[in-house]
Amino acid sequence: MSSTDFKQDSGRSASRPPTTGDIIADRVFRGGAYAAGALVVLLLIYILWEIGFRAMPAIERYGFGFLTSAVWDPGQEKFGVLAEIWGTLYSSVLALVIAAFFGVGVAIFLTQDFLDARLAQVFRTVIEMLAAIPSVVYGLWGIYVVIPALRPVAGFLNETFGWFPMFSSSFSGPSMAPAVIVLAIMVLPTVAAISQDAFSLIPYKTKEAAFGMGTTRWEAITKVMIPTATSGIFASLVLGFGRALGETMALAMLIGNSNQISWSLFSPANTLASLLASQFPEASGIETQALMYAAIVLLVISLAVNVVGTLIMAMSSKQKVG
Amino acid sequence: MSVLDIARPATDYVAPQKTVAAAAIDARISEIHYGKFLAVRDTNIAIEKNKITGFIGPSGCGKSTVLRSLNRMNDLIPSFRLEGQVQFLGQDIYARNIDPVVVRRHIGMVFQQPNPFSMSIFENVAFGLRLNRYKGDYKQRVEYALRRAGLWDEVKDKLKENGLALSGGQQQRLCIARAIATEPTVLLMDEPCSALDPIATRIIEELMLDLKKDYTVAIVTHNMQQAMRVADTTAFFSVDISRGGRTGFLCEAGDTEQIFHDPKQDLTKRYISGEFS
Repeated sequence: MSSTDFKQDSGRSASRPPTTGDIIADRVFRGGAYAAGALVVLLLIYILWEIGFRAMPAIERYGFGFLTSAVWDPGQEKFGVLAEIWGTLYSSVLALVIAAFFGVGVAIFLTQDFLDARLAQVFRTVIEMLAAIPSVVYGLWGIYVVIPALRPVAGFLNETFGWFPMFSSSFSGPSMAPAVIVLAIMVLPTVAAISQDAFSLIPYKTKEAAFGMGTTRWEAITKVMIPTATSGIFASLVLGFGRALGETMALAMLIGNSNQISWSLFSPANTLASLLASQFPEASGIETQALMYAAIVLLVISLAVNVVGTLIMAMSSKQKVG
Repeated sequence: MSVLDIARPATDYVAPQKTVAAAAIDARISEIHYGKFLAVRDTNIAIEKNKITGFIGPSGCGKSTVLRSLNRMNDLIPSFRLEGQVQFLGQDIYARNIDPVVVRRHIGMVFQQPNPFSMSIFENVAFGLRLNRYKGDYKQRVEYALRRAGLWDEVKDKLKENGLALSGGQQQRLCIARAIATEPTVLLMDEPCSALDPIATRIIEELMLDLKKDYTVAIVTHNMQQAMRVADTTAFFSVDISRGGRTGFLCEAGDTEQIFHDPKQDLTKRYISGEFS
């Protein structure tokens, strides 16, 4: 494994080729890195294949009708996840809207010199700590704090604005509203952290350019900083949405696990992930296979969101460069 | 001979204020501090209308700091403090009732690094117009600014493309177009060519000479030849290290011809002869 060296006349130069050991270390590292990368891809394929294999009987039996039916009746062996797809998307979108508003707000607050740098760091850490709270603790907090707190508010909204579809039913305790609120809090750290990065990456000279044009602070933020950070903010929303789609435990505790499709925030609903969590322990036979099918549906939705998000980001950055 | 020796003789020297009838900006700065650090002292300078005033001097002499004080850009730095007055069209821009935002809308700025916004070429130029709620023909105004900046022919077919997709020299001209689209009274340029190649530099210098018909320009440059080529008036700044820190001050100002061929100050003479930089 020796390579040609350049011979010097004087022999005073310290330049030498890398030793055999150096070269082996380099190759081993490179091989290891390739292997680790390949392993991740293989693992994803294996999981898809394994779940798909187990779901096969249900896929063959229910086909696309599984996606358009809202009945989950193990007794009659009738299964459909339309209500869960609806609940998953509805809860995730609402939670994302709330988390986007507060998350981007927090990111602006922490990066645009509203706070002294040290205080901003404290806030940042506190918000990141939200992500460290276990899902089940959020669920308990939702049951014991959010639901009781929502009861009077929901009652008022339903009585006064009952004509509005989102408030059109009476509050049932575990329902869409507490699930969405808790989900929004769980997604918030992701949105806040990644949008913060997007804002921090804006070079100082851009800020200078904005103020140099005579913007007020508000104009600098709304007309320059936010447009500049758009792709990063969008990335934070895609990741946050992915997180919301897959969130399981807290939702299983809060959403009411009822197969209905409703605009009302106060009706119980269900999501794919919480269906899996709540039905799996007692499932057997064809129901297990149907749950595997539901898992595939969830996986496909999550992957689609990520792929579409990545594509949109790639397109917008392409536009930027040329 | 070190810079130390050069800086000493001028310790308490204050350049005499030249009385100028047609000054757009008349700065009488006695001190500029960043926190406890005295960055600039005793700098009285007038920026004459429809002329180019060049600021030259060694690094750390405060020429950029002074330039940025002329449209209150330094207010972005929290510890910044200025003692003195900067008269702009007869008003002290540091007076209590003056909003720095308004000052910056009348006194535009072009920076050392090209810094177009991440938006289309058109929107970059229209930015100031929208900001000032301009009610008129945007297309015409944008085209005019881009023509003045000598960029129109290169970008007229791709106005929707992102400004950051342009080359460095084009980006800088875009920034100039952005700054002049609103027709500010004064244009401040902080080493606008230092990140550019000689050809782009040449284009921008010609542009400056063209712009002075309508605007008043002040430019900081690290390049003495550039000052000779474009400036009508040249201000030479130097560094005074006799008080511990590095404090910049205006050493001599006058017609460019006089500064380069008949400098009155010994320091100026040594600087332009290339003894130190």
